[in-house]
Amino acid sequence: MAASINDDASLAGGAITVPPARRGRRISGGYLLRRVLLAIESFLVTLVIGFIVFSLVPSDPAQALSRAQAVTAQQMADLRKDLGLDQPIIVRFFRFLGNTFTGNFGYSWEFRQSVGGLIASAIGPTLLLMGCATLISVLLGLWLGVRSGWKPGSKFDRFFTGTAVTLWSVPTFWLGMMLLVVFSVGVGPLPRIFPAGGMSDPTVDPSGIAHILDVAHHLVLPCLTLVAVTFAQNLMIMRSSLVDELGNAYLTTARAKGLRDSEVRRRHAVPNAMLPAITVIFLQIGGLVGGAIVTETVFSWPGLGLLVYNGIKIPDLPLLEGTFVIFSGSVIVFNLLADLLYRVLDPRVKG
Amino acid sequence: MSTDQRPADALPVVTASHVNRPPARFAGVRRRVMQFFTMPTGVFGAVVLVVVVATAVFAPLIVPSAALDVTRVDGPSLHPPTAGYPLGTDQAGRSVLDLVLWGTRSSLVIGIIATALTVVVGTTIGLVAGHYGGWVERLLMQITDWVIALPGLPLAISLAAVLGQGNTSIIVAIAVTSWTGTARLVRAQTLAVGARSFVERAKALGATDGQVMRRHILPSVVPIVLVTSTLKIADSILSAATLTFLGLGNPMDVSWGSILNSALGQGALTAGAWWYLIPPGVAILIVVLGFTLCGRALETIINPRMGAFR
Repeated sequence: MAASINDDASLAGGAITVPPARRGRRISGGYLLRRVLLAIESFLVTLVIGFIVFSLVPSDPAQALSRAQAVTAQQMADLRKDLGLDQPIIVRFFRFLGNTFTGNFGYSWEFRQSVGGLIASAIGPTLLLMGCATLISVLLGLWLGVRSGWKPGSKFDRFFTGTAVTLWSVPTFWLGMMLLVVFSVGVGPLPRIFPAGGMSDPTVDPSGIAHILDVAHHLVLPCLTLVAVTFAQNLMIMRSSLVDELGNAYLTTARAKGLRDSEVRRRHAVPNAMLPAITVIFLQIGGLVGGAIVTETVFSWPGLGLLVYNGIKIPDLPLLEGTFVIFSGSVIVFNLLADLLYRVLDPRVKG
Repeated sequence: MSTDQRPADALPVVTASHVNRPPARFAGVRRRVMQFFTMPTGVFGAVVLVVVVATAVFAPLIVPSAALDVTRVDGPSLHPPTAGYPLGTDQAGRSVLDLVLWGTRSSLVIGIIATALTVVVGTTIGLVAGHYGGWVERLLMQITDWVIALPGLPLAISLAAVLGQGNTSIIVAIAVTSWTGTARLVRAQTLAVGARSFVERAKALGATDGQVMRRHILPSVVPIVLVTSTLKIADSILSAATLTFLGLGNPMDVSWGSILNSALGQGALTAGAWWYLIPPGVAILIVVLGFTLCGRALETIINPRMGAFR
């Protein structure tokens, strides 16, 4: 097991630090500017698409709203004014743009408070959950991918690719519910080990070490759910990337120099295979928000996903609009980072 | 299979004894069907799918409609499995087995219709972009790139929420968020086929754009599209289950997603009713695995280079 721990450490290092020869590579200012402008352009297009989607609303929102709950005539009038359905579409579009850039997405129908405020208080928990899950899933996926891809067809490879692909076909929300029933309600002789939902226990002092441990305790199950369904794609990406390197002559050279198998893998094959893998993995991160929505729903984790779920019932359009903009924005930012990272890592991409 | 591919496909069939005989019609298809049956995973997937489709078709014969009506059932509430209720009961006292069997219908139908819509939209856009080229292609592919950059589930949720609860909204939401892959694939395939001499010949003989696309390019594109749609059905069923689980489906409908939605909303979770949770999830898993295995096997046959992993 000692060797595998070493591998893990080297992997983590490989993902973050750049080998000396490549250090000091700079992205040209012109490229950076062009790429950022492209990101801004696609964000604007996203806003247009979002606006179109939310303009499909039935001409009378009363119908959509009164279905969920009793609404007084006064509230209806307020809501119509809120939606601004009487104004021409171009005015509504520019108001929407203005709202987006000031971070004021209107007034939530469900929570009766500003959407901007709701998002601001929910973004922390989501970042915490997503950050932990992504980190673990990437490290685990890379490590298992390296071990599987180095000896494709081995027992290790077949077991872990099989497990990963099976877990990938499992609906995220269902896996979360199963974990919740088994570990926080307790089935048969199993005691309840983890809390059933939320992010912290109100009886625990909200400051200090006790609070951190409490949040960590609440974090375990949602994090486990997200990791279980997402590490598969990291594993498969890393695996296929490493398999592509296997036949190369430089590996034979390295062996001929007398390096041990694990050294050939760690010092020669993995750094080369890591390059495409890291980029693709970064591109996938944006796609994880979907998993976060259902996981937060199952575990009542007080983040953006739970906000979305609570907004669906009415449906709370300003809230859904605001979260949609935030989710799309974060996907675009991650795509931008993936592109820039690729240029830093790969000396061959120029111009 | 396109008739234009026949000579190449039939090559192994031609032996010295009957060099002059034209290759049998559909020889390529037959060979590929035979190849499918040599793949254990593909055959397993196909058997699973046959069983699932049969369940969906015959569900009204297996499950009496009274068994699904909350006002007409008399079972115990949230009871673990017994002889009378092999998978236990839900809050209203309905048999979970009946619910899951019945849920096959709606889950499968939504998945298939959504995929069909996805494939039609994606194929049309890819075909038009690849055939006409120029600004049409640039515009359509730019739109495709923009849609790809959007986060799928939040967009689908927003769309379905705006259109209102119901199966139509879910189908539209899935189609709108997932046609892009097909469009890119079909465009690439159209470009490849369009450069071949039989298309040039058709154009030289005065065929219109529509004729070239329908009669010459489409037949070469269809096989690969059908294969990827087999894989796409699995995705669509998962997406549909997720959207229904979040409460966007038709509330009167019984589907695997809606069973899990009521499990979340009506306290089955906190009651530890594992018998209520496992069956719908396993059903989703089985169907998704069935379509995936079948799709992968077909993919390997259509494009042997992709067969490294299966």
